[in-house]
Parts: sequence; structure tokens; C-alpha cells
Amino acid sequence: MTTAGLIVMLLSVAVVTFLFGWCIWKVLTTPNETEKIHGVEFETPDIDADK
Amino acid sequence: MAVAGSAVGLGNFLRFPGLAAQYGGGAFMLAYAISFLIIGLPIGWAEWAMGRYAGQMGYNSAPGAFAAIMRNRWAKYIGIIGVIIPVVIYMYYVMIESWCIGYAVNFWSGNLHLKDAGETVGYFAKFTGATGDATAMSFSRDVALPWLLGVFAFNFYLIYRGLSGGIEKMCKIGMPLLIVLALVLLGRVLTLGAPDAARPHDNVVNGLGYLWNPTKVQVVKAQPGPEDKPREVVGAAAIEAAKGEVAASGGTLAIREVGVIEQLANPSLWLAAAGQIFFSLSVGFGVIIVYASYMKKNDDVVLSGLTASSANEFCEVALGGLITVPAAVAFLGVAGVAGQAGVGLGFKILPLVFSKMPAGAFFGGAFFFMLFLAAVTSSISMLQPGIAFVEEALNVGRRASVTILGLLTTFGTGFVLYFTGDLKALDTLDFWVGTFLIFVLATIQIIVFGWKWGIDKGFAELHQGAAIGVPWIFRPIIKWICPAFLLFIFTMWLLKEIFGFDLTTGAAGAVSYYVTDLFGDKASKAAQLSVALVVAIFVFFGLMTGRSQAYARAEKGLNKHD
Repeated sequence: MTTAGLIVMLLSVAVVTFLFGWCIWKVLTTPNETEKIHGVEFETPDIDADK
Repeated sequence: MAVAGSAVGLGNFLRFPGLAAQYGGGAFMLAYAISFLIIGLPIGWAEWAMGRYAGQMGYNSAPGAFAAIMRNRWAKYIGIIGVIIPVVIYMYYVMIESWCIGYAVNFWSGNLHLKDAGETVGYFAKFTGATGDATAMSFSRDVALPWLLGVFAFNFYLIYRGLSGGIEKMCKIGMPLLIVLALVLLGRVLTLGAPDAARPHDNVVNGLGYLWNPTKVQVVKAQPGPEDKPREVVGAAAIEAAKGEVAASGGTLAIREVGVIEQLANPSLWLAAAGQIFFSLSVGFGVIIVYASYMKKNDDVVLSGLTASSANEFCEVALGGLITVPAAVAFLGVAGVAGQAGVGLGFKILPLVFSKMPAGAFFGGAFFFMLFLAAVTSSISMLQPGIAFVEEALNVGRRASVTILGLLTTFGTGFVLYFTGDLKALDTLDFWVGTFLIFVLATIQIIVFGWKWGIDKGFAELHQGAAIGVPWIFRPIIKWICPAFLLFIFTMWLLKEIFGFDLTTGAAGAVSYYVTDLFGDKASKAAQLSVALVVAIFVFFGLMTGRSQAYARAEKGLNKHD
């Protein structure tokens, strides 16, 4: 592995790790934010409508 | 954690390493990073915002969303692409899901004792049926069929009974566990050294170099013929050995360095990087737009999108890429890895890593089981766009919708299962739907967001309820750079893959086998039927869309429930 390769690798891993960590920090430290962010969540309202 | 868990899938741990191995080099990672910033993030945000907007009007499917936003009679037909993509991808994704659970159980039951690359490659071909059509259709634990039946029934049982929230709760535990297991695996891979003392160049450090070095060193024929391909060498010792080989060749061989600029001039590299960003982030899939439609008006789409994307990138770059490719180089060597593509690489390589670990059967089973869990969440999410579409188009309840979709996907998955020879049906559908149509839909989405809506309205919608602001630089990116970039690489892609121009040299080259599979002497029946299947589904969905009262209201800008 060359020095340039090592730098590219460390930089890439550091950036994605920092970004992920920052998002978690932001979500946890912003009031009520955990209620306001969503991913692909499976309990969609049409499930309740059909029950 | 639910957001992160739902974002992680097979693309991170299986598809990305395959592409990184195929295009190996820091240049690919650079194209990948640029694609993330100017395609992945902006289109993801656009999808979240457009989906939530449509949901406020009562529309939860892609045709409904497009009709409500574009407000013309053709928009709903464009939206059909956003239904076809997840439904068709589900048909083959569930196959890969069955491979994961099959490998997991076989590891745990002590049935997998694969000692070298020849055995893992052979077992994979047998398990998946790649050796010939219909060869995976027997009831043995060493082939895909029984696992596929179980997985298919499991998915539909969860979604039919409305129990998919249960799998979501499992993932809140399972996904952090997957990350921990991946870290354990990473630790083992990074300490593998050179597994075969007789081949010291095949080691993990050279594997990392293969993946990250910006400049490639190749041994080439001084006067190459059409069949001669360059041979890449990585590592100081391997390069010295190659120089000796060249010196002894009497001028028939030469050493060539390929710089980062020259690599970036290859449009295929950009296409692969952008395609992986789409696949991994589920951007241009028609999935995000549906789930965003269930959000409330003041839910935060900016941080939701960024968190899901960053979780994906962490798993992909810091875990998926660092595990499989270096391990593959250590076991197969650079020559064995170069040019390998597809999700199969992980199934061929990771069993070898587990065989070198204490309690490898346990860790192997656990890792593939966690991958299976990640895959289940992804496959269930791929069904929801189809379910929402049938509900809206036919004005039926969820269970009726699930039944209709179940019949359709049973036929489609059965088709993929039958035509497993060289994994032709899977490969063809992945190209025409999992790459081509995703490009088309993503391009349409960003143009609708940036031009039909306009940047000001789009950003106002995006920032509703957001805890963070989208940086101003994304205004010109969304308006100009992203659409221009997409259209440019799409044109290059068409020229190279469909019309067979060699874009690096400017000369006429061979037409892609995806085209010759469909027409002419080399046509493949499996490929032709795969494309015919997609067209038939498009017509079927088109007829449903044209008769829908809901979409007629959407294109007039009316709320569905008014």
C-alpha cells in the first residue's frame, strides 16, 4: 500500500465515521428530534386501516 | 437506531465490495465520494420532500406522488417506474436473501467446511444454481430452493399479518449486532497477513493497497492484442518482482502506471460508482418516496435523509469495503480478484475468512444471519411501494393488495429461480431494472424537484420541520450540477453499453452483452424473457393506473380524501 493510498483510506473512513457520529449526536441532542426523524419504517398506517 | 438499521442492506456488505474489486483503486473511491455528494444526498433529500408533500395530499404511491406534484395526465405513468423498480428488484433480491439464510444455517449446522477458493466458488455455483437452468430447484440444504420458499413465505406472512413491526424491533438489536460482528470480522481480516506462505504477495496490506492506492501499476504486453489484458500488481515487493519479469521478457512486456486522472476518464467507473450510490441509499428506487409519504408535515426529512445516508456510508466504506476486498486479495491474489463483480464475491470469500477464525462456524453463521435480517428489512421495504400502488390504483385494502402482489412476485421469483444458469435472469433484471430504470427515475426526480417545483419551493418544503439547514451549495447542485452530471453519464452509458462505443479510445467497440443477449445470433432466451417480464408488468401496471380514480384526482391537484 502506498502512502497516498493510506491517506485516501484514512481520510475516507474518518469522514464517513465522523458524519455518522455527528448525525447520531445531532439527533440525540436536539429536543424532540428522535420523534421527528424516520427511516424506512414498516408499521405503515394502511396496516391499521385493514385490521 | 431504527433509521440506521433500515438503511443497512446487502448493498453495503456484498454489492459494494464486488464493484470495488472490479474497478479497484482510489480513483473509484473518489468517483464514489463525488457521486455521494452530488447525486446521493440531493436526490435522497428530493425524494423525502416530494414523498412527504404527496402524503399530505393523501397519496402514498409513486404514481400518485408524481401526479400530485407534476399535475398532468402523463405524470402517473412516469410514476409507474417507481413501482416497477422495487417490485422487480424484490423478485431477485429475495433470492440473495435466501442465500444468506442458507449459508447461515449451513454454517451453524457444521455443513460448511470450505477450505480453499476452489471449494467456495464451486459451492456457491451449486448453491445458487449458476451451473445451469433449474439446477437450484431441488430439496437439499445445499441449494437455494428450500431456503427461498421459506424466505418468501416469511416475508409475505409478516407483511400480510401486519407483523413487520416485529422484524423492525428485531433489527433495532440485530443491526448494532451486525456492526459489532463486522468489526470483529474486520479485526480478523486485518490480522490475516498472507494466508499462504508460498504466495507472500497475496496479503491483506496489498489488498488494502488494491482498494485504495490512487495510482495503479500494471504489467502489459508491449504490443497487446485484442484479448490481452493488463495485469495489475500491488505492493513494493510484487512490483520489484514484476520489474524483474519485464527485464527478462526481452521487450515483450512493459510496466505501466495508470494515474488517477486517466482512471477517472473511464465513464464505466463513474457509472458503477453512481449506480452503487443509487442502489445502496435506495435513491431512485421508488421506496423513499413511499415511506416519506407516511411522515407528518413537521417531521424532519433533512436529518432523516442525512442519518440514513451516513449510516449506509459508514457500513459500506468503513466495514463492507475494508473486509471483503482485502480478504479476497489475501486468498485469491490481485489477479484472482481483478474483474470480479457482483454480490457473489462475499459468498466466495468470507467463508474462507471464517475458516481461519476460532469458532468460525459460529461467527460465519451469525454474520450471514445478520445479513439475512438486514436483507429482510430491505425486501419488506421493497414490497410497500407495490402494496401502496395496488391499494390506490384499485381502491382495495392492504390484504387484497398484498395478495395480488404476492401472486405477481411469486411468478417473478419463480422465473428467476428457474433461469439460474450463469445467474442470467438475475443479472439481466439487475441491469435493466436495478441500473437502467433507477438512472431514469432518479434523473426525472431531480429534474421535477429542481425545475418543476423550483429550488425555492423545493427548499421550503425540504426545510419544513428540519433541525439543520441544507447548505446553500446544494441549490446549484440540485438545479444544475446533478441533472447535468446524470444526463452526461447516462449518455456516456448509453453510448458505451448499448451502442458499443469505446469511450476511452473513441473507437467502435463491442456492444454490451446485455444487448446481444436480446437480439441476434447470441440471444439468450432467459434474458429475452426477463425483459419481456418487465414489459408485461409495465403494461399491467399501466392499465391499473389509467383506470384509477385516485390518480385522476391527483393530476388535478385535488386531495385524495376531499
